[in-house]
Amino acid sequence: MTTELQKTGSLIKEFEAKIDQDEKIEPKDFMPEAYRKTLIRQIGQHAHSEVVGMLPEGNWITRAPTLKRKLSLLAKVQDEAGHGLYLYCAAETLGKSRMDMTQELLSGKAKYSSIFNYPTPTWADIGAIGWLVDGAAIMNQIPLCRCSYGPYARAMIRICKEESFHQRQGYEIMLTLAKGTEAQKDMAQRALNRWWWPSVMMFGPSDADSTNTEDSVRWKIKRYTNDELRQKFVDAIVPQAKKIGLTIPDRDLKWDKKRNKGTGGYAYGKIDWDEFWRVIKGDGPMNNERLAAKQRAWNEGTWVRDAAREHALKKQAALQAAE
Amino acid sequence: MTKEEKETCLWEVFIQPKNGLSHRHCGSVHASDRELAILSARNVYARRGEGQSIWVVKSTDIVSSDPDKKDEVFSSDDKIYRHPTFYDVPDDVGHM
Ligand SMILES: [Fe+2]
Ligand SMILES: [Fe+2]
Repeated sequence: MTTELQKTGSLIKEFEAKIDQDEKIEPKDFMPEAYRKTLIRQIGQHAHSEVVGMLPEGNWITRAPTLKRKLSLLAKVQDEAGHGLYLYCAAETLGKSRMDMTQELLSGKAKYSSIFNYPTPTWADIGAIGWLVDGAAIMNQIPLCRCSYGPYARAMIRICKEESFHQRQGYEIMLTLAKGTEAQKDMAQRALNRWWWPSVMMFGPSDADSTNTEDSVRWKIKRYTNDELRQKFVDAIVPQAKKIGLTIPDRDLKWDKKRNKGTGGYAYGKIDWDEFWRVIKGDGPMNNERLAAKQRAWNEGTWVRDAAREHALKKQAALQAAE
Repeated sequence: MTKEEKETCLWEVFIQPKNGLSHRHCGSVHASDRELAILSARNVYARRGEGQSIWVVKSTDIVSSDPDKKDEVFSSDDKIYRHPTFYDVPDDVGHM
């Protein structure tokens, strides 16, 4: 007779074999609790980031400089809402309820990407966000399309298809400003100065200080480490900045032929991790505003949810009476 | 959160990309009734002309096979004669 313990042991073996063979794990398959927990945390944070990420850009929808820009920005922000929803639905397949996730975001318990705790004082910030923040998100997300958890991987494929428009529209805004008047070029450069370091930090702590990486790599949730992704990002962005005549605000940035296992890459300056941790812990320029905006939206939406529920109940009652 | 406010129903969303293809599962949405479920499915999963028809089905109405009985339900290793390669046909018969 097999004991419970032996049974769990063989299930874990089966799970690990699937992971090793690059097979996907689906919602009803056995998975170790730690795998489930890691995914719920990661997908939840990811979903919240998409949702909170609408706020800095939403700030400029009514003030976009042309109708074309306004339409693009509206479409982009709407996409981010969609991304949040794809991801919430992926997290729900792991047994986490939508209401729980919503409440965790509203109470401040759940984390979201720190990058959205920075302000967007000028139109150029919208360009910088699309180019750099969505650019960094793409670097992060492309390998997640091959993540071992099926619903997460499928959500990421959908998201990645939509992201490339986001980055292109941002870069186009920067390009247009950079080709404009001195004042416009200056505005673009200042936005790049503001967003560069926070974007570089988006990949998370350096590998030496990152606690979650090892398990996540073994389980094929993560395919590259934070520093590997950061390097890819820097290497991609530097020539794009040069192309439009903007300067990356890092005096230590230089070509280093030893990087990327000898194929070469850009060496960059020291990252201010104190700032990173400060913002994560709630002390960023916009943390309070972001949370307050989400709480306000939830509270002001109460009557809509109430009305929809009442309407559904009434219709159901009418349907039953007719039967 | 008001007192009665609890989780709204979960609906699974299926989209048919075009005639000739079947509806395919693409995700889920929360909605209090079917009209809102369709509306929401359209907003969430079809912003770029992804299809021409949407189905939504309450997740609780889906009946699925027991994942623990996968082997019993799907085993076919013992029925290899159901596959064309089981049959020997001379090579020079050509494609069959
Ligand atoms: Fe997104
Ligand atoms: Fe995006």
